[in-house]
Amino acid sequence: MEPLNALVSVTNFMLIPAFAYGSQLALGALGITLIYSILRFAHFAHGDTMALGTAAVIGGTFFLQTLGVSIHPLPTALLALPFGMLVLIGYLLITDRLVYRYYRRVKAKPMIFVMASLGVMFVTNGITRLFMGVSETRFEDGERFLFSVRDFREFTGLAEGMALRSSQAITIVTALIVMVVLFWFLNRTRSGKSMRAYSDNEDLALLSGINPERVVIITWAITGMLLVTAGTLYGLDKGFRPFNYFQLLLPMFAAAILGGLGSPVGAIVGAYIVAFAEMGVTYAWRRVFTYLMPEGLEPTSMMQLLPVDYKFAVTFAILVVVLLFRPTGIFKGKVL
Amino acid sequence: MNLTARDLGLFALMGAVLAMVGMFQSPQLAITILNMSLISAIMALGVNMQWGYAGLFNVGVMGFTAVGGLAVVLIAQPPVPEAWAAGGLGIMLGLMLGVATILAAVAVYKAMSPGKMRGAAIFGVLAVGYLLTSYVFGPAKSAVQAVNPASEGYLGGLNMPVILAWPVGAVFAAGVAWVVGKISLGLRSDYLAIATLGISEIVIAVLKHERWLARGVNNVTGIDRPVARPVELQPLPWVQSLAETLGWSLSQTASVVSGLGYAGLFLIVLGLLIWLAERALNSPWGRMMRAIRDNEVSARAMGKNVTRRHLHIFVLGSAVCGLAGAMMVSMDGQLTPGSYEPLRFTFLIWVMVIVGGSGNNWGAVLGAFVIWFLWVQVEPAGRWFMELVTSGMADGSDLKQHLLSSAAYMRLLTMGVALLLMLRFAPRGLIPER
Repeated sequence: MEPLNALVSVTNFMLIPAFAYGSQLALGALGITLIYSILRFAHFAHGDTMALGTAAVIGGTFFLQTLGVSIHPLPTALLALPFGMLVLIGYLLITDRLVYRYYRRVKAKPMIFVMASLGVMFVTNGITRLFMGVSETRFEDGERFLFSVRDFREFTGLAEGMALRSSQAITIVTALIVMVVLFWFLNRTRSGKSMRAYSDNEDLALLSGINPERVVIITWAITGMLLVTAGTLYGLDKGFRPFNYFQLLLPMFAAAILGGLGSPVGAIVGAYIVAFAEMGVTYAWRRVFTYLMPEGLEPTSMMQLLPVDYKFAVTFAILVVVLLFRPTGIFKGKVL
Repeated sequence: MNLTARDLGLFALMGAVLAMVGMFQSPQLAITILNMSLISAIMALGVNMQWGYAGLFNVGVMGFTAVGGLAVVLIAQPPVPEAWAAGGLGIMLGLMLGVATILAAVAVYKAMSPGKMRGAAIFGVLAVGYLLTSYVFGPAKSAVQAVNPASEGYLGGLNMPVILAWPVGAVFAAGVAWVVGKISLGLRSDYLAIATLGISEIVIAVLKHERWLARGVNNVTGIDRPVARPVELQPLPWVQSLAETLGWSLSQTASVVSGLGYAGLFLIVLGLLIWLAERALNSPWGRMMRAIRDNEVSARAMGKNVTRRHLHIFVLGSAVCGLAGAMMVSMDGQLTPGSYEPLRFTFLIWVMVIVGGSGNNWGAVLGAFVIWFLWVQVEPAGRWFMELVTSGMADGSDLKQHLLSSAAYMRLLTMGVALLLMLRFAPRGLIPER
């Protein structure tokens, strides 16, 4: 019986990674929820747009590296974030101008928007692959660990080690900062308030003199920043592969729906639930239980509920449960 | 069938282009394009039923085609007796236990009144069911997978004629579609899109991972084919004389003949489906579907059960996709779960429907031909374009190398642009709905 070792083990292999993953998902899901409540459609190009923004950041990182600029011990990519944001916001505004604005003007059905976002997804995917190819790109530099397994063992004297990768720490801290700023913006500033008014009741907002095009531009700009941040953090943590970003679409949507589409708080809560569920179900609990159970009763199997390949199944199961029992999500999203 | 002269002209043009491929590139290529176009046309028909008739957005075409493909393995492959002896019983029992667990949970949900007790009871049922299932299923699965893993390691199929797998594939896909539709139809329209996106990823994950089922990423190859293979055709005297008359090599003639055999089969299926679909579309049922699509609220006010009708059409359309998936696997003679990609099997089909003309079956077919042709031909065109762009650059420069190697991704770009342009400037497609 060594509960402390069990706790350390579960923190190291499950809680920290899940928390980092959840933070990345949360930023993405926030974008989905924002687009959904302002532009009123499910943005299918989300994952691939994220990949494009990250690709821009990677380009910026490599450029800075050749110049010899570095902010050691932090990764250079953080310095390239603003550049990536500019590129992606520009890209989003251009697509909005070329694609979505027309459908807004003719008041097309939401499904037409989704279809158009599918086309944008194709194009974005093609552009990203043109630049980056399909193989994995690693762009993490700087210090790898905040503290390593060895440091931790020496410090505490426990048998089980724990490490905190700097990418994980950066992810959690950055995500928190971004969320605080976003909520401050939505609740305290004039633009944020006009966004919320517009999402609440379009006609009323128009009557009170809110310029819808301006709201739309701000929405895309915020989404762009969220996407670049989320994508870069994910890439720092797990490496950059365009296809992985496409696959993030499902967990991001699941998170947004679980929390309630249109509710920013919901998106964040949903993202952490999805991340912890994915990790918890696909994690091999054997080690933890070896520490927890009395001697002689240690588990012999891996104690893994589902193989890692099925982490999408977990997301999907969450989605199904939400759709069956509470289609408005935890925080009562706007529309059913 | 109400085709105008313009529509016929478009089809004739497409035929002429294919004939030109046959003349200038190679006859085999033309036949390959033709066959894949026919299969894509069937998939597009399925999607068109869902989108064009009913306005349902299915983003899981890949999953339904893959399930159809699985049917081919389960029907046509010979069974592996050692594997059945090793763990067949356990696997069957495990599957049944899994289903029983879910049914028991549903029964508990229905029988008890809402509250904490119910939640706890359901959790208990699921937990016990899970433990039982994995206790039975796990060892059986390992035992099956350990049987001759290099070439078998799975249960095999029923050793029945491969043609039978086509309708069975449709039934499999329909079953999956029923579950998905039951859950997500009747809610917001985009929920179906997200749910289908999820189920298609899961279907592929299951196919890749469950090696006892269809060998997972190790692929099942050498599945029986409905048409004689070129190697079997070569010794036949009439093939040899045909080769002489045409002045082609024997192997080329044999593969063209074999390909034409498939084309004939596919044409029969496609013709039958179009006939049925057109009949349905112009029947009272078809009018009702279009009424629901165009104005759900008033259709509901007229007493139509919109959700049920949606479920019907969703299951039907997915079944057609499953049928096409089974046909594709039986043409290739192999099931390769690793090759299923959403961009290729879901989104490309969507481009076909939109470009061809949503709501029009002939449009979907034409779209399938045009888009598949472009899909095949854009890659060499892209390479040519990239070579042109890079011709001024120094040989061996990194940028040139990179641009040349990324020519393959021009396809995605072209398809996306085609979709966006059609959606914006000709939303009714090449052959509009009438």
